[in-house]
Amino acid sequence: MKISKQDVEHVAVLSRLELSENEKENYTETLNSILEYMELLNRVDTSDVEPTAHVLPLINIFREDKPHEPLDRKMALANAPDEEDGCFKVPRIV
Amino acid sequence: MSQKYETVIGLEIHVELKTATKIFCPCPNEFGGEPNTHVCPVCLGLPGVMPVFNKRVLEFAVKAGLALSCEIASYSKFDRKNYYYPDLPKNYQVSQYDLPICKLGSVEINNNGEVKTIGITRIHMEEDAGKLLHGGATITSSNYSRVDLNRTGVPLIEIVSEPDLRSAEEARAYMEKMKAILEYLDVSDVKMEQGSLRCDANISLRLVGAEKLGTKAEIKNMNSFRSLQRAIEYEVERQTEILDEGGRIVQETRSWDEEKGITVSMRSKEEAHDYRYLPEPDLVPIIVDPKWVNELRASLPELPDARKKRFVKELGLSEYDAGIITGSRALADYFDEVMIKYNDPKTVANWVMGELLRLINAGDMEITENKIKPDQFAALLQLQADGTISGKMAKTVFEEMFATGKGPETIVKEKGMVQISDEGALATLIEKVIAANPRSVEDYKAGKEKAIGFLVGQIMKETKGQANPGVVNKLLIEKMK
Ligand SMILES: [Zn+2]
Repeated sequence: MKISKQDVEHVAVLSRLELSENEKENYTETLNSILEYMELLNRVDTSDVEPTAHVLPLINIFREDKPHEPLDRKMALANAPDEEDGCFKVPRIV
Repeated sequence: MSQKYETVIGLEIHVELKTATKIFCPCPNEFGGEPNTHVCPVCLGLPGVMPVFNKRVLEFAVKAGLALSCEIASYSKFDRKNYYYPDLPKNYQVSQYDLPICKLGSVEINNNGEVKTIGITRIHMEEDAGKLLHGGATITSSNYSRVDLNRTGVPLIEIVSEPDLRSAEEARAYMEKMKAILEYLDVSDVKMEQGSLRCDANISLRLVGAEKLGTKAEIKNMNSFRSLQRAIEYEVERQTEILDEGGRIVQETRSWDEEKGITVSMRSKEEAHDYRYLPEPDLVPIIVDPKWVNELRASLPELPDARKKRFVKELGLSEYDAGIITGSRALADYFDEVMIKYNDPKTVANWVMGELLRLINAGDMEITENKIKPDQFAALLQLQADGTISGKMAKTVFEEMFATGKGPETIVKEKGMVQISDEGALATLIEKVIAANPRSVEDYKAGKEKAIGFLVGQIMKETKGQANPGVVNKLLIEKMK
């Protein structure tokens, strides 16, 4: 087992997810089976392959520093569950 | 105080770049603005959008790297730094992890005459987060917060120093030097109060002579040079006390409380830094052309150290004066402009450092907010040089110019401040004063040189201070021969 139940709990905290005991068991199992499957990749000989940061053969895609018309504020806030004074309103943080 | 511990400080500086648009979308990069009016689907982090990198950000980052003698990476990429906070709509910040654009640089600082080289570990590019406005007085007493995403996606460079700084003063000198260099490069507004220049300090202590670094605390939320220095001084004191009592320093992030003058622990669940960096799949790698880097290198402006050397060598200014004037590009440019019209470096330097900086500091202003135009400044010095007004009058006129922006001739005329230097106009008055004060004249003739001071004083009184004291002195001596 690569991933312990503690690992799942840790990732759940980082992801702001509340998991039941059942879910924790379940995710421990499924995450491990995913990793085991990915182990397949370790069988490929990569001794003469450079590490890559991107799968497409593209580099240097740039944009000129020219402004566009920003989104109308009504549109920007349209999906917000709550708003106040033109701002997104969120629950108490700490 | 005997030195038991050595202070070790490293600084992480965040610099907002002065581009026209944000780093990954064409929203305007402007300070302020009504909340959520500089936003688009990309910087709002809406699903399905694609970021495109602003070339100007790369240019500014490379320029900063070159000015700080860094190696420019031939291959660089972006990564996602994952964390959850309401000011970060995508739940990750696009930053650079293992392949930053610049590394291994250095900068020379001058701490009250002591010159020292500070290592630069790396410079990387990233996006800024939004702003939170809290409902209550503080974040902890608020029931809710408001989120303004105008700042989300504003381009930043983070400059990380080696732990080479040894005192609060050195840290301040380093920060001031960084501000000057970035201002000269014209890549940022570098205003600490507005947050375009921000700084976190990693501080630890170790026994003098020890190799191993002590446990550090990271201090945040210092919004001025003064608070940076105060925060470090406080933190050093706090850690010294703990170590002296045999305690252990806890590795943590602490926030500087300006009002109370203390640092406060910011313990939270996220304290265990686990950002799970991963390569940003929506942005392609950057390969920098060495020819372009050389072009940028050739285009760099004269930097503060070079300008200081030139001011000392070519203008004959003292190291100290040249250091202060070139410490800010705006001030050095202003000095140069006054010099075009009044080519006397020492006099201009004295006025700029004495009168101008005094008034600017008293008003807590920026050089660029100064109302006196360089040619008006030069005209004032000319009026003093040709004897139209005295040195004392010149200072009064200067204050008036600073307050109102009026030209010196206008003020001199309005206040009737013209100095009387005309010998004919003064002769009658001098004869009158000589006739009225035979005692002083006798004293002077008997060898009491001081007696002439009284006579000069009488004439100044008669002319309400407008007589040229030098001319008066000369005429008195002639008449009393
Ligand atoms: Zn945008």
